[in-house]
Amino acid sequence: MSRPEHAELTDLDAAELGRRLSAGEVSSVEATRAYLDRIEAEDGAVGAYLHVDTDAALERAAAVDAARAAGEELGPLAGLPVALKDVFVTEGVPTTSGSRILEGWRPPYDATVTRRLKDAGTVLLGKTNMDEFAMGSSTENSAYRVTRNPWDLARIPGGSSGGSSAAVAGGLAPWALGTDTGGSIRQPAAVTGLVGHKPTYGSVSRYGLIAFSSSLDQAGPMARTVLDAAVLHEAIGGHDPRDSTSIDAPLPPLAECARRGAAGDLTGLRVGVVRELGGEGHADGYEEGVLARVAEAVQLIEGMGAEVREVSCPSFDLALPAYYLIAPSEASSNLARFEGMRFGIRVADDGRHDLDEVMALTREQGFGPEVKRRIILGTYALSAGYYDAYYGQAQKVRTLITRDFTAAFADVDVLISPTTPSVAFPIGSRVDDPLAMYAADLCTLPASLAGLPATSVPCGLSDGLPVGLQIMAPALADDRCYSLAAAVEAALDSARGHRLLDELPTRAGAAS
Amino acid sequence: MSTPSANEALGRDEIAHLARLSRLALTEEELDRFAGQLGAVLDAVAQVGKADVGDVAPTTHAVPLTNVLRADVATPSLPRDVVLAAAPAAEDDRFRVPRILGEE
Repeated sequence: MSRPEHAELTDLDAAELGRRLSAGEVSSVEATRAYLDRIEAEDGAVGAYLHVDTDAALERAAAVDAARAAGEELGPLAGLPVALKDVFVTEGVPTTSGSRILEGWRPPYDATVTRRLKDAGTVLLGKTNMDEFAMGSSTENSAYRVTRNPWDLARIPGGSSGGSSAAVAGGLAPWALGTDTGGSIRQPAAVTGLVGHKPTYGSVSRYGLIAFSSSLDQAGPMARTVLDAAVLHEAIGGHDPRDSTSIDAPLPPLAECARRGAAGDLTGLRVGVVRELGGEGHADGYEEGVLARVAEAVQLIEGMGAEVREVSCPSFDLALPAYYLIAPSEASSNLARFEGMRFGIRVADDGRHDLDEVMALTREQGFGPEVKRRIILGTYALSAGYYDAYYGQAQKVRTLITRDFTAAFADVDVLISPTTPSVAFPIGSRVDDPLAMYAADLCTLPASLAGLPATSVPCGLSDGLPVGLQIMAPALADDRCYSLAAAVEAALDSARGHRLLDELPTRAGAAS
Repeated sequence: MSTPSANEALGRDEIAHLARLSRLALTEEELDRFAGQLGAVLDAVAQVGKADVGDVAPTTHAVPLTNVLRADVATPSLPRDVVLAAAPAAEDDRFRVPRILGEE
């Protein structure tokens, strides 16, 4: 396949593209056009987008170029394209959360993060595919299309933010936003060779984010470099009066920490390797190649001066069962709002069915199998007679997991583990086995349940597919994740002589 | 703490009951399929029963929640026509819904 004109612009990280925009070496229209052309040429095979906002993107890019030409003071993100997971509401732009029940809906308002990205002058390329209502680890639960991993088109791009991961890895967006409830930013980032960060719960607004599990959902950045992720995080983060769970505290200087971290001096940093997440004696279900890359990363971190020790967090063994009670319980309540009365589709409104029947038939047609399973399970776990044994017990386990983190962070500054036990698995291989699918979240769930920040940073390939290292930190210490991730990224890039994404088969093929 | 075994707890009849409660008109085929799948999932999540929780307090939220109040000042809402434009059916400036009572 011949590459579209200006395709080289789509290989740049956002920081470099932003520099060229600011310097006037390239216009926002040229950059936006380069991405739109590449989406047109390649997204048929990748399937990253549910909606490409071509005309509005070019208009917006032209407006930024005009403002720049007129000498207006513009922010560092002005004119940079970005993609949004379809879970964020976007005024006038179709938003489905990957579900048929919202087919054709054009929201009447913007999410706070959507608004902040617009105010920063970014250009929205489109909305990316996802598992329906963010429930899944492969994006196969989307009601609309299959998304493929740019590293191997027969494999999953992770999930639920798999459209965002495929777009950014595949050169169809320079960076993107995802959301993470149990790992939905970190796991797709890991299996596509990207950096993904789940912020501290409450540090990025959830206003306008279609709710799955409200005590866990967090929006965050997915990018090709640690610095890009930090810059995007800074653009969307901070207090929002429209979200009652928003933390009223300033963000740490994330981009500055990413820049300083890249210098690679980790002297004095105390790093804990979590025994229960693929550590010594707990390696069942983890691929050897994943454990090998993570072990090498641990050595690398030690070599940069950090003090590494193994840490035990015994309650993490129960994170998966606790999560798969808490998240479905909250989902069964949140998804009650999709009843076909105020927005979205309605079926069987023919005068022969009453309100309850129309609701039940609308939800039957509008929801896919995983969403239905979780609504049933959540309704069950919240039922009188079962509440204490299931939902109540899971909430207590959540407390134990938080206590394990608190104890661990008394001795170490950050905790590390693999991001996910395996590399990207083949499309279709787990779709009929919910438990096998859930296992992809094994390592990401503890930080979700405790509301802590965690980053996935690439740490090499296994059988030609990316492996992610997870870095977890105490609440509001997102800067520690970025610092260490930047050190790992810089050391690996330097040892390799190029970036991991340069080894992407489509990219390597295009260069030859 | 004793929990019912998954098969007696989430069999076909129980799933049909839960589906009615959650306004899901599941098909016969779905009831069969979900009964098998949810039985296995329930067995797995029932592992939480193994934890020694003693008098551990439950965590409902990752951050401490407090009431957040704003000044009692009127602020603009979305225009009615904009909201109704997104509705499946509207009539006389209101959402139109199916009948809620049976035939007389």
